[in-house]
Amino acid sequence: MSKVLVIGEHDGHKLSQATARCVSCATQIPGAEITVAVFAADPTAVAAQAATLTGVTHVLTISGAHHAHPMGAVLAPHVVSLAKGYTHVFGASTTFGKDLMPRVAALLNVPQISDAMSVEGAYTFKRPIYAGNAIVTLEAPADKILVATVRTASFEPAASTGSATITAAAVSVEMPTHTRFVSVQAASSDRPDLASAAKVVSGGRALGSKENFELIFKIAEKLGGAVGASRAAVDAGYAPNELQVGQTGKIIAPQLYMAVGISGAIQHLTGIKDAKTIVAINKDGEAPIFEVADFGLVGDLFEILPQLEAALSQSGAK
Amino acid sequence: MQKILVGIKRVVDYNVRVRVKPDGSGVVTDGVKMSVNPFDEIALEEALRIRERGEPVEIVAVSIGPDDAQQQLRTALAMGADRAILIKTDQMIEPLAAAKLMLEIIKKENPELVIVGKQAIDDDSAQTGPMIAALWGRPQATFCSKLDLKGNTAVILREVDAGLETIEIDLPAVISADLRLNEPRYVKLPDIMKAKKKPLDVIEIASLGIDTTPGLKTLLTEPPKPRAKGVMVKDVAELVDALKKRGLVS
Repeated sequence: MSKVLVIGEHDGHKLSQATARCVSCATQIPGAEITVAVFAADPTAVAAQAATLTGVTHVLTISGAHHAHPMGAVLAPHVVSLAKGYTHVFGASTTFGKDLMPRVAALLNVPQISDAMSVEGAYTFKRPIYAGNAIVTLEAPADKILVATVRTASFEPAASTGSATITAAAVSVEMPTHTRFVSVQAASSDRPDLASAAKVVSGGRALGSKENFELIFKIAEKLGGAVGASRAAVDAGYAPNELQVGQTGKIIAPQLYMAVGISGAIQHLTGIKDAKTIVAINKDGEAPIFEVADFGLVGDLFEILPQLEAALSQSGAK
Repeated sequence: MQKILVGIKRVVDYNVRVRVKPDGSGVVTDGVKMSVNPFDEIALEEALRIRERGEPVEIVAVSIGPDDAQQQLRTALAMGADRAILIKTDQMIEPLAAAKLMLEIIKKENPELVIVGKQAIDDDSAQTGPMIAALWGRPQATFCSKLDLKGNTAVILREVDAGLETIEIDLPAVISADLRLNEPRYVKLPDIMKAKKKPLDVIEIASLGIDTTPGLKTLLTEPPKPRAKGVMVKDVAELVDALKKRGLVS
């Protein structure tokens, strides 16, 4: 029988939706028994949230001041000591999971499957390569622990109908001291989170300046959505790095994705192809973004965006 | 600081639109333009800048791949690496095996820093950096967008989902380069000529005594499912109507 250990991701208070999506992936493994591990300074609140996720039977809490700001290099030996007795160890394909999981896999001397996008069997998964230009089906050895990161955009978050048992786990591992947290400069939290928002409005280089990028924020506000950006817009300094969408940024799957002034390089498209509805607004009618858009509008964004803002105000959108 | 190792992977150039072979056995790489993985160029550029800031450091570019990967190592030498090592193999090398092979070179070379790209744009695995650090038992600074050396420590700015994180690590350590760490320089013709004279050692993979048998079996390679063709709307009103019909705008 498969026993899956999912590494919970959180900010100290709230369990990340990425973990709910990870659990959802794990539930697709036939007969899997799912445990979520919560490492935190005080895991109480986060563990309670993890316990409600449908499909989770156990939540393990590992508390300690040193887990206040988890980093892969420090956390990995702890995860390895917990991993024994499990057949699978999953983390989300977030910067947290990508930092932690390969370190865990190497310490366990097992290969890792990155960005699992579908479950084909207990040890068989699909994942994208070449920025999503090809999909491979990989089979891992069944006699070893399978370490994987889960491409969260491919799975709906698990529901919250569960009531798992919560147990404190004792992990006695020497704390690595070679890696020390200093600070984090977090994005403002008054906007919906890009990774989990139902609606996302993204801007590209065509916005032309940081000031003009405010137009994107205005539309997002009207829609009650999050803001994203192309790599070009982030490189140009119009938007902060955490808003980058694409192969090397965030991979997202909102209900609505609106790409404004984004030409649609393959590296960007791979980050949005799971969006339910894609809208493209661009002055170049030949731009590749129109090949994936459900609705395309060719024109000058500086004329279109104010019109759109006005129309959304009238339509009673928030 | 005396030595920096930089990982250089030969990959399909990022401008190439990759195609899946009709029999599902992989992607077409014959006759396709190959380049240095863009993130590895950023890794090398950072090493060069450390040297240019006055550290008398030797920069060694290391690649694992076929004989043709010498081309990418020559590019690295032209950018400014002092010498290069190719671990020669025609086999597909998984990140875990790559990390074990790199560790063998690390044991011989004793670098203070190993800088690699955060991911390679062919398999997008993003594993090798942390795996090297794990096997080496040293710190890792993944997604690095700024690097400040302070004696035997480094202060690193990391691009994380929440924003920007600062960590401090002891050296030696592994750094994985993110996009905005720097902008790699262009190679000039005289540098390409000079690079031909720089040392490039080719090591047979078998001589390192590492088991590089892939742990994962690739059963199938297939193209992604295309999205259904959309429609063009003529103006904002039509767009908003369409979104209303889908219940995306009230």
